[in-house]
Amino acid sequence: MKTLKLIFIIFLIFSLNYLKANETDLQNKITKNLRCLICQGQSVYDSDSDFAISLKLVVKKKINDGLSEKEIYDFLTEKYGEWILYDPKFNKNTYILWFLPLLIFLGGAIVFKKLINIKK
Amino acid sequence: MKNKIIITIVIFFFTFVFLIFYQGLNNSNIYKPSNSENKIIPKFSAYTFFENKLVKSENIFNQKKFYLLNIWASWCLPCRDEHPFIMSLKENEKLEIIGLNYKDKQKNAKSFINNYGNPYSKILLDKDGTKAIEWGAYGVPETFLIFENQIIKKYIGPLNSESISEIKSFIK
Repeated sequence: MKTLKLIFIIFLIFSLNYLKANETDLQNKITKNLRCLICQGQSVYDSDSDFAISLKLVVKKKINDGLSEKEIYDFLTEKYGEWILYDPKFNKNTYILWFLPLLIFLGGAIVFKKLINIKK
Repeated sequence: MKNKIIITIVIFFFTFVFLIFYQGLNNSNIYKPSNSENKIIPKFSAYTFFENKLVKSENIFNQKKFYLLNIWASWCLPCRDEHPFIMSLKENEKLEIIGLNYKDKQKNAKSFINNYGNPYSKILLDKDGTKAIEWGAYGVPETFLIFENQIIKKYIGPLNSESISEIKSFIK
């Protein structure tokens, strides 16, 4: 019985550890996708500025409050605008950004096909 | 004929790309946050500076008058520059000035207030900077003009004579 208890305790500790690790993973994932607005070319995750440190705390707090990743992004875009996200959302301001590579690829394919046809 | 089509497509494509990049050259690569948005103020609770009591934001910004929330810290030099300007607004009856003390040591903040004067009717504490984030602030100093729970104007950086006259024209 004693060993069973011990195993149970060890299991509990490990599972808590796992939960905590998941939480930090999510926090890191979110802060890596946030631009540090007062630094040049750094994410919130990489930066040690006052702004980034506070923002990391806010993200942590929001995760603890049970907010989802999307809800946290929405909260921060509402405060700081779309610019804070590295991965921009798909909307009327960003559709060119999303479709341009596809258009260029298609254009290239058409040109390539024509060239092959000419050679033939 | 086919060659012509290809040449036209290629020229069209490069002109398109050129125009996009040319347009991009004119855009500033320095991010300027918008500062005139009618956003509703965040709800939060914070400890007061002198009494060390927990207060809710709903109980602070609850009257029908203008509020000026100023984020400051004793270690921030631009805050010293703007302090006389905030002091000049102190006597205005239509305006209540609230301070948010950002990541500061209480002792230093107290001596700042003693040396330069206290324009604030209330000072709230933001020891870890999370309240400033709730406000959408970037750092110190930053000032928000509030009316009926809405941010009317946001000033990033120290206030100057221009911004003070603008604030005065708002609350006239």
